[in-house]
Amino acid sequence: MSEKLLAVRDLSVSFATEGGLLSAVDRVCLDLAAGEVLAIVGESGAGKSVTAQTIIGLTRSPNARIEGSVRLHGAELLDASEADLQKVRGKQIAMVFQDPMTSLNPVYRVGDQIVEAIRAHREGMGNAEARGLAVEMLSAVGIPEPQRRVDDYPHQFSGGMRQRVMIAMALESSVLIADEPTTALDVTIQAQILDLLGRLNRERGLATILIAHDLGVVARIADRVLVMYAGRVVEEGTLDEIFYDPQHPYTWGLLGSLTRLDRPRPHRLPQIPGTPPSLLSLPRGCAFRPRCPHAFGRCTEPPGLEARLPDVPGHRDRCWLSPEQKRELRQVEGRIGLEEPAA
Amino acid sequence: MSEPLLEVEGLVMHFPVKRGLLVDREVGRVRAVDDVSLTIGRGETLGLVGESGCGKSTLCRTVLQLLKPTSGSVRFEGREIAGLSRRQMRPLRREMQMIFQEPYASLNPRKRVGQIVGDPLRLQGAGSGAELRRRVGELLERVGLSPEHYERYPHEFSGGQQQRIGIARALAPSPKLIVADEPVSKLDVSIRAQIVNLLDDLQDEMGLTYLFVAHDIGVVRHVSDRIAVMHEGRIVEQGPADRVCEHPADPYTESLLAAVPVPDPRQARARRAGGRRPGS
Repeated sequence: MSEKLLAVRDLSVSFATEGGLLSAVDRVCLDLAAGEVLAIVGESGAGKSVTAQTIIGLTRSPNARIEGSVRLHGAELLDASEADLQKVRGKQIAMVFQDPMTSLNPVYRVGDQIVEAIRAHREGMGNAEARGLAVEMLSAVGIPEPQRRVDDYPHQFSGGMRQRVMIAMALESSVLIADEPTTALDVTIQAQILDLLGRLNRERGLATILIAHDLGVVARIADRVLVMYAGRVVEEGTLDEIFYDPQHPYTWGLLGSLTRLDRPRPHRLPQIPGTPPSLLSLPRGCAFRPRCPHAFGRCTEPPGLEARLPDVPGHRDRCWLSPEQKRELRQVEGRIGLEEPAA
Repeated sequence: MSEPLLEVEGLVMHFPVKRGLLVDREVGRVRAVDDVSLTIGRGETLGLVGESGCGKSTLCRTVLQLLKPTSGSVRFEGREIAGLSRRQMRPLRREMQMIFQEPYASLNPRKRVGQIVGDPLRLQGAGSGAELRRRVGELLERVGLSPEHYERYPHEFSGGQQQRIGIARALAPSPKLIVADEPVSKLDVSIRAQIVNLLDDLQDEMGLTYLFVAHDIGVVRHVSDRIAVMHEGRIVEQGPADRVCEHPADPYTESLLAAVPVPDPRQARARRAGGRRPGS
């Protein structure tokens, strides 16, 4: 692996709530190398966004307990002061959010918002110079007529365009965290934004953490994938390992429930039964056990995140089934999926 | 196709663009729905697909007479309903119900689930007290919730469960036609499958007819018997779901198909290199 930009070790985040201590993220480890796209996949409530927000220090609060380590270019971020974090955010690491409608300030011109972000990190840069840079950035993310559009207000931009503006503001950084950047967009616009992220990654070496609930989105640009469930990483591997040799039943469920245009349509769309567990009271052992049709006695013991396949040390999962059993069980009607429990 | 339940012919919905201080002058028109003709057979699912702003939602509203069409005809069970007054529409409302995109925003946050699902029944004068409660309980069970949820508020449910409440409410008056406007686009992929399957089961059990609207042609193909593709207020193509997806006749349909992410890294790489649509 090339140089590590971001290294997260045993990151745990819990929140004190009226209902008790809520464990949102449980000992997550991840590495992001220069020029890499790492995808984090899972359902709502899996801890994807909390992980991302904690990395850039957005979850700090008196009610939050944060443990572990987050190192960006070797510097620890978790115990950095708010002032130090300010210097890092937008300069070394930036974030793009799901809803492009609410991420920009509606009463300021788009250009002024970009200029503000640029000048915050470049002491001594004049307004005119920053504005020139803003136009360049808009052009880099594919906004037509950037000279003119730089003076427009956010409402004059479509959703996809606003997401491009958010990405433009992240271009100064070496690490981009994109939290469901295309979920609120049409499929056609989604494809454009994903292609833009892929291009910036290839051409500018922008290392990206892409958070998504849809594995189809991930297949388009990711290099490696972390699958999260109930605050834990349940499987990690390269893109091809996750898609062609998935080891965790939850991953099978995510893959199986996609509607695919490249296959004949199944009579019934395979679904993952039930709903994710409450983070206030997780089931004993494997958190996916209550929804897993393949659970057996040993699943009440918590499985560790381990490499279980010989010769593939980077492909790790949290499931007690043997690789042979998995290969057999994940085949449902000729494709990978999670078997429907008997009614 | 089976006997038609809904026939839309030459439907037009234009919104005037007005300007002026004292006298409004019409300076232009937004042609939201422009000469649309569709037929949906009984027990059939027609998928309506197109991008944001193509007029899908306006078409739904116009079909249901929530908007008065500029011109054109909408026949429900052979009867013309375009231009009917609100009073004349009222008895027909129970026959055609709607499911919305935002599960939470479409439920009154101050009402309990029992009331949300029970109100359409009460408006029909269908029982009260224990009888009403029993029927609401049945509806909740039918959509995969439990009668114990009767006293709870919408915010206590997940997005998928809220959408189930919206479906139970739509089912309450025993409708024939359900217009589902992007019913799964705000849901996680795994929950999406649950809701799609639920709609499928309900159709089998109750013989429902669906107008299923979405921007994702992948989902639309899975649920639909036939697909109509809408672009800038017009239907550019319609036909059997598999035919439209495998042999699109219109270039716009082709671009919608090409945009759907392929959950297969090798194909995605090949596509990036060659720019081809899957399966072609």
